[in-house]
Amino acid sequence: MIDVPSPVAVAPLPPATAAAKPVATGRPKMAARGLDFYYDGFHALKNVSLDIAEKRVTALIGPSGCGKSTLLRVFNRIYSIYPKLRATGEVLLDGENILDPKFPLNRLRSKVGMVFQKPVPFPMSIYDNIAYGIRHYEKLSKAEMDARVEQALVQGALWGEVKDKLKQSALGLSGGQQQRLCIARAIALRPEVILLDEPTSALDPIATGKIEQLISELKEHFTIAIVTHNMQQAARCSDYTAFMYLGELVEYGNTEMLFTKPAKKQTEDYITGRFG
Amino acid sequence: MTPSDRLYLKRRLVNGFNLVVSGLCAAFGLFWLIWILWTTFKTGLAAMKPGLFTQMTPPPGSDGGLANALFGSLVMSLAAIAIGTPIGIAAGTFLAEYARKSALGEAIRFVNDILLSAPSIVLGLFVYTLVVAQVGHFSGWAGALALALIVLPVVVRTTDEMLQLVPSQMREAALSLGVPQWKVTVQVLYRSALPGITTGVLLALARISGETAPLLFTALNNQYWSADLSQPMASVPVVIFQYAMSPYDSWHALAWAGAFVVTLFVLLLSILSRAILLRNKAHHD
Repeated sequence: MIDVPSPVAVAPLPPATAAAKPVATGRPKMAARGLDFYYDGFHALKNVSLDIAEKRVTALIGPSGCGKSTLLRVFNRIYSIYPKLRATGEVLLDGENILDPKFPLNRLRSKVGMVFQKPVPFPMSIYDNIAYGIRHYEKLSKAEMDARVEQALVQGALWGEVKDKLKQSALGLSGGQQQRLCIARAIALRPEVILLDEPTSALDPIATGKIEQLISELKEHFTIAIVTHNMQQAARCSDYTAFMYLGELVEYGNTEMLFTKPAKKQTEDYITGRFG
Repeated sequence: MTPSDRLYLKRRLVNGFNLVVSGLCAAFGLFWLIWILWTTFKTGLAAMKPGLFTQMTPPPGSDGGLANALFGSLVMSLAAIAIGTPIGIAAGTFLAEYARKSALGEAIRFVNDILLSAPSIVLGLFVYTLVVAQVGHFSGWAGALALALIVLPVVVRTTDEMLQLVPSQMREAALSLGVPQWKVTVQVLYRSALPGITTGVLLALARISGETAPLLFTALNNQYWSADLSQPMASVPVVIFQYAMSPYDSWHALAWAGAFVVTLFVLLLSILSRAILLRNKAHHD
C-alpha cells in the first residue's frame, strides 16, 4: 500500500503570507520580536518586530518621541545603566536573545558598537581614545596596537587629518573630526553591528557629508542601524527604512519603496511633511 | 511724550536706582574685606623677618620665630589631606556613580552637608573624646584626624558634583565599548573630573590651614621643634591665638607675621585652583 501524504502537510504557503513578509534580502543580523519597552510606567515601544539586515544600512525614522532612539538603545542594552527601565520580548543577535539576563553584557557590547548624537571623545590623546577599548579585550604589542589604531582611523576616514598629532588631546579636534573619532573608536573593537544615534545632528553640512560617505563605505564590513530625524539622510544612505510613530513600528521596507510608494497613510503624511 | 516713552523712562529710572543700590551694597561688603586684608598685609609684612622660618616660638621677652608652628601646620594639614582625600573621593564616587538618585544616596548627601557646615570646634571635641581622652595625651595624629574630618565632606561634595557634571553621553560611550563600570569610572570619568576634584582638595587644604578650634583640643601646642606626630604639635593658628591674646608686643608681632603667612598661603592656593579651572575651561572651549 502506498502512503498518500495528507493534503494538509503539503499545502503550499498561502500567497498572502509571502507578500506580507518583511523585504529583507540580506540575512537578518539582529531582530526585534514582540519588543515592548517601559520608562518607569510609560509604554515607549509597543510590540515592535523588526529585522536588521546583515551588511546593510537600516534607518529608523519618525517624529520626536516615537521611540526610534529607544529601540536603538535596546540593541546594545545601554538603557540598562539607568534604573526603572524595562524591556520585554526578544532581541536576537544571530539568533540568540540578548535580553536574556544570562547573555554576557560585555560580549554584547563588543559585538554591537554605538555612536551617539553628541561627539564624546574621552579626555585623553587621539591614540588612546582608539586604543582604550582594544586594551580591554586584547593584549597587543606596541607595534600591533599602532597598526590597529591606524587601521581604525583609516576606516573612520580620519587618519589623514590626525596622523601627525596622535599624541595630542582628542578634545582639540573639530566637532566633525570628533564624531569620526567616535566612529573609529567603535569600529576599532571590530564589532559586527554599529548603532548610530543621530550621528550628524550636531554637525555642519560638510561634516555630515563626510559621515554619510563613511557610512556607505562601512556597510561593506558592518551591519548598521541609524536613527535620524533627517529624512533626506535616511533616503540617501540607507537600504531599509523603518517608520515609527508613538512607539509603534508603522511601516518597514526597502528605502526606495518606502519613500516613493509608502503603503500606509501615516508614512506618506510624515515623509511629505504633512504630519500633524 | 507717548505712553511707551514714559514706560521706557520709568524702566530706565528703576534700573538706574537698583544698579546704584546693588553697587553700594557690593562696595560695603568689599570695604571690610579689603580693610582686613590691608591690615593683615601691612602689619604682618612689618613683622616679617628671616628668623621667622628658622627660629622656634620664643618665651615672652626673647627673640624667636614660628619654625616649629609652620612645620607642625604643614605636616598635620598634609596628613589630614592624605587621610581625607582617598576616603572622600571613594564616597563621592559612590554617591555620583552608584547611588545618584537613590534614597540612600540622598540620605548620605544630607548627612554630608551637615558635616560640611558643622562647627569645627565640635569636630575637635569629637576627636578629643574619641582619641585624646582614650590615649591619654594630645598628639599631632589627633590634630590631623580632626582636620581630616573637615577635609572629608568637602572632598565628598566636590567629587560627587564633578562626576555628576561629566556628560552622561561620555559614560554611555565608554560603557558601550563593553568596558565594566568601575574601569570606566577610574579611567575615563576621573580624568574628566580631575581638575574639579583637584580644586576641591586645594580649597579644603586652604580651609584647614587656618583652622584653630579643632587643633586646640587635639594637637594642643608645642613650644619646641617636634616632628613626632604622636606628641603634641605646634600649629600656626593655635600660636596666633595664644600670642594675640598675650600682653607682649613681641608675641603680637609674631602673631601678625603668622596671620600674614597663612593668608598668603590661602591666597596662593585660591589662585592656583582658579588657574587649574581656567586652564581646563580653555582646553574644552
